[in-house]
This record gives sequence, C-alpha cells and structure tokens, in this order.
Amino acid sequence: MERIIFYILALMMIVAAIASVSSRKMLRSVIYLLFVLAGVAGVFFLIDYNFLAAVQLTVYAGGIIVLMIFSVLLVHHIEMKLEVAKISKRISVALACIIGAGIFIVTIYSYDFNVIGKATTTTTAEIGKGLLSYEAGGFILPFEVISVILLAAMIGAIVIAKGNKLESNNTETK
Amino acid sequence: MTISIININYNLISSIMLEESMSILNMILVALGYLGFFAVAGLFLVLMERRVAAWFQLRVGPNRVGFQGILQTMADALKLISKELTGTVKADKFLYNLAPYFVIVTALMGLAVFPFTKDIQAFDINIGIFFLIAISSIGVIGILLGGWASNNKFALIGAMRSGVQTISYELSIGLSLLTMILLTGSLQLSEIVEVQKSGWLIVQGHVPAIIAFMIYMIAGTAETNRAPFDMVEAESELGAGFHTEYSGMKFAYFFLAEFINMFIIAAIATTVFFGAWLSPFGITESLPWLGVFWFLGKTLLLVFLMMWFRWTFPRLRVDQLLTLEWKYLLPINLVNIVIMALIVWLNLTIQF
Repeated sequence: MERIIFYILALMMIVAAIASVSSRKMLRSVIYLLFVLAGVAGVFFLIDYNFLAAVQLTVYAGGIIVLMIFSVLLVHHIEMKLEVAKISKRISVALACIIGAGIFIVTIYSYDFNVIGKATTTTTAEIGKGLLSYEAGGFILPFEVISVILLAAMIGAIVIAKGNKLESNNTETK
Repeated sequence: MTISIININYNLISSIMLEESMSILNMILVALGYLGFFAVAGLFLVLMERRVAAWFQLRVGPNRVGFQGILQTMADALKLISKELTGTVKADKFLYNLAPYFVIVTALMGLAVFPFTKDIQAFDINIGIFFLIAISSIGVIGILLGGWASNNKFALIGAMRSGVQTISYELSIGLSLLTMILLTGSLQLSEIVEVQKSGWLIVQGHVPAIIAFMIYMIAGTAETNRAPFDMVEAESELGAGFHTEYSGMKFAYFFLAEFINMFIIAAIATTVFFGAWLSPFGITESLPWLGVFWFLGKTLLLVFLMMWFRWTFPRLRVDQLLTLEWKYLLPINLVNIVIMALIVWLNLTIQF
C-alpha cells in the first residue's frame, strides 16, 4: 500500500518537475513546481514526519509559491510566452542535470541504510526542545543565527519599502 | 508437501490481500462519508445564510421548496449542474479549470481532522492545528489562479486583494491559536479536547483567551473573504471578483468552498475555545454519541455569529483592512501571547 502511494507520488513529482522546466507559460511552471513541493510534503507524511510535512506545506507551498504567483501576476501577461533556449544551452543544462543526478545516486547507493523496525513520530514538543537545547546535539546556535538573519532581512525590507520617504525624512530633520 | 506449502503461502497472501483491500475499502467509505457530509453541510449552510440574511432584513427568504425551503439549495445545485459551462476564449484553460479544485480540495482536507465525537475523527494527526493552518494557506492559490487565468481585469484585482488579505490575516489566526496552545501544550486536536475536560479553554484562559477568541473571529471572517472583509468580490467595484468568469458547477465549487471554509473556521474555534464535543458542565457525559450534536450546535452558533457580522458591519476599504491587521491585531496578539504565557507560568488559569 505505502509502496504504491510512494510510486504514485514519485511519478507525480517527476512529471511535474519536467513539466515545470519545459512549460513555456510562466504561471503554469509555478503551478507544476507547486505539485513537486506538495509531493515532497506527501512523502514526509508517508514516513510519518508530520511536522516537517506541514512545514513544507506552509513555507514552500503556502509561502514561497504564493510569493512567486504574486510576482508573476505583477509582471506577466496571460498571452506572453517564454523564449525557447538555444540548443547548445539546452544540451549543457541536460548534461549538468545528468551529472548532478549521477552524483546523487552514487552517494545514496554508497550508504547502506539501516531499516528500523519501530518508527516513532517526532512530536512538536521534542522539536521545540531540540531547537532550544544548548547541550550536545542541540540546535540553539543555528536557531539564534537564523533569527538574527531574519531580523536583518526584515529591517532591509522596511528600508527598501520606505525608499525615498526615509531619505526625505532625513533631509527634513537636517 | 509442496502443495501444503503453496496452500499456506496462498492463505498467507490472501489474508494479507484481504486485510489490504479491507483497509482500502475502509478508506474509500470514510472518504465517501466525508464527501457526503461536505455536500450536505455546504448546501445547508447556503440555505442558512439565505434564511439568516432574510431574517436580518425582515424578509421571509426561501420557504417554498420543501418544508421551510429545505430543498431550495438542492434545487439550486441541480440547476447549476445542468448549466452550460462558459469560459473566456483567451483564458489559460488548464489553470482556469484547475483553480476551483485547489479551493475545494483544501477545504475537504481541512474537514478530515475535526473530532466530531471521541470516536468520529478521520485523521488524528499529532500536529492537528498546524496542519489546518498549513492547509488553509494553500487554498488561496486557487483564488489567485482563478483570478489570473480568467484573463479579466476585475478578476485579477479581486484575486490580488484576496491574496494580500489572506496572507496578512493568516498571521493573526496562527498567533491567536498559538495563544491557546500555550494552555493545552499539544497541537493534537484530540488532546486539546482532553485538556478541556476541566473547563473549556475560553474559561480556563479567561481574559487573554477571550481576547484571542475575538482576534480569531475577526481574522477568520477576513480569511474566508466574507463581509465586512469581502474586498475580494466587492460587488460595487469588481463585478463578482475572482470568480466573475466562472459559471455553472465551477462557480458552485467556489461558492461551496467558501461556505465550507466558514464552517472550518467555526469548527476550529469550537475545538480550541469551546471544548469541541464536550457538553456544557458535562450534562450528557453518559451519552457520548450526543457529542456530534454539541459539536455541530456550537459550530453552527459560531457560523451564525459570522453571518451576523456580515449583515451588521459595512465593508472596509483595502487600506483600512491592512491597517486593522498590521497596526492593531498583530501587536495586540503578540502582547496577548506574553500575557497568556505569564498566566500559565504563574498558574492563574481557572480549572474545575
């Protein structure tokens, strides 16, 4: 049963991924990408990583895709089509993809995965404690670093959004 | 000898196959049950909306088809099914047809996690509330797609407004629910109900819980794009907003999903603030099947509250809408979380 669902998800992701890069309409590519990301969330649900699956849905499907759709809505018209790349470019991209996939497959198969009989789901409480623990194996440092980066990004966004207004305020006070 | 081994093998395989097919059959039955509930609840809510609207405007409302107009929306649905599906020539056909399904599938997925009684819950996932928030953030994609793909300026503006509104108010929904999570200590809906056996959370958390409930209802009304926040389909400005170009059954999908989303918002509030299937003061504790009655009763009461909003408040402008969220609700919410944390820390909750 789970095997069948996995193959359905995998097939959906591969087809959507290929469609995403080969579609000539921008918004369609974004939607195909959404299917890929939703498929990844589905795989997380399948292996009982519920939290990660929900994060995948909120951050990627709900956040980033909506952001992309917004930018497409702002810059793109429905009748426009993307240009077809030159053949030389296409071949080089295909080669790069094959090399990348090869490296992935070799790495995955060189590691022998241990099958664990009992699978336990990680609860949110454990994840929260893991993020805030400063003992060995805790994630407090990356957590804090990410929060500083987010703060910097937020301040940057405010400065960019204010733009001229910020400067005119400064000149007035002078 | 070999025959017996084959026989055993065959028995083993057939028993596994039987188990597998039984579980699949079970899943299909549950899914069909939820689909049926989805359709019936959607139609009933549309009827309820029309009757409530009529009541507020001192009219009678639909009361001819069936007893007190019960079959009115059924007849409407039949009409919509049999209607011709029109579309614009220069629309992006693929996305245009896909959009309603995004909206309706996310609404259906949201329904699956609610505990109607102790036993009737299809999907008791350990991140329940987070799952609901995650799912609701995908529904807006359907609206954005529908607006863009129908190649209509009004529809596009409606979709953009909807996107801005939903993304902003999702924050308030998440934070107000987070306030209540501080009391329960779990995201799992069945455990949240379990905690409320010693008093509903709105009583346990008293002042900050009531503030959180008010913020949640405001944000929930905004997230379902209902009046007074129906900028998305402001009739006087945008025609019908993002679904201007839709007709027949595809329009009905959007319409039904809006009502189911309203039901979902009310059901989350019921589960988190008002003890889901728990009866007030435990008066029907010996009859657990009455839980459905209590759950639906509380949910419909909250739905009625949202309909009451619709016919009471005038529509906001877009800038007022965003000011309300970012300058008022969000700061109040953040302070509220700190107050709730203090109350939980100092053990000031009210428990019976």
